[in-house]
Amino acid sequence: MIRGPLDSEDPDRLYTVTGGRSRADESVFDMVTLIVSESDPTLGMQSEHFKILRMCRRPMAVVEISSYLGLPVSVVKILLCDLLDTGKITARHPAAARPDNGGLPEPETLKKVLVALQNL
Amino acid sequence: MHSRTSDRADVRAPLRASASDGLKIVIVGGFGVGKTTMVQSVSEIRPLSTEETMTQAGVGIDDASFVQSKTTTTVAFDFGRISLDEQMVLYLFGAPGQERFWFLWDRLFAGTLGAVVLVDTNRLADSWYAIDRLEYHGTPFIVARNNFTAPQHTLEEVRDALDLPSDVPVIDCDARERDSSKAVLVALARHLYSLSTSSAARETTA
Repeated sequence: MIRGPLDSEDPDRLYTVTGGRSRADESVFDMVTLIVSESDPTLGMQSEHFKILRMCRRPMAVVEISSYLGLPVSVVKILLCDLLDTGKITARHPAAARPDNGGLPEPETLKKVLVALQNL
Repeated sequence: MHSRTSDRADVRAPLRASASDGLKIVIVGGFGVGKTTMVQSVSEIRPLSTEETMTQAGVGIDDASFVQSKTTTTVAFDFGRISLDEQMVLYLFGAPGQERFWFLWDRLFAGTLGAVVLVDTNRLADSWYAIDRLEYHGTPFIVARNNFTAPQHTLEEVRDALDLPSDVPVIDCDARERDSSKAVLVALARHLYSLSTSSAARETTA
């Protein structure tokens, strides 16, 4: 178990960052949903929004954003909801999970994963 | 260990612009068994870490108790990344097997392709709970024995001790070696592919 800086995080900071909201519509984002900026950050933006727009010029997963910002995944999802609602980012959601196949992706997808790993 | 500044993030091995499909594999195991080592040996980026928190159920929006709440469950985990092709990016998560982690399983790992249970034969009992939880969540898995030292038991003994069904692959590995860790992922992918073709066949015949 690695103890990160968040263990000592002041809850007040998380409260401020999210404007006091404690929930986002979490079903919108997976941990590995890839986020892409659709506009440049502007001065006067909340600093976390600014940083997200800057780091997502190339696609970046929600969990990577969380790590770089030093904020819990759920807090990052709240911030991303704001940016998605205002069209400043787009989200590329995982296509893999197919509940109708026992939760597994299609065989063709898994074959691609297998071959790609073999070729690493 | 790792930078948290966005300036550094900008220059850190960005994904291809065409990357569009994130996939997840979880490596579960007890403390010190080598999860982080395995992530590190195959990841294309230096492993990162982050945390997820779960506050007490029923805390509403703008509820002041959110600030005062001390009943937060926090789970830390490491992860790495492998770009598989133009679109697919595989994220590898090293996850602690302790009890509180499983409260967050649905939130964090719904849609996970599968799991590697990394075991140390001197502490096999550490893996029982993880295996039980993976079976409960219906997550396919393989078992990989990490041999930092020469193994004292055969893999069949490990299978018996863990009471694993015959169709769950059990393999040896050295998590420090990239090729060995890669072979573990290949074994898991092969297992998943085989499961998907057999379940597809069942659907066709049903």
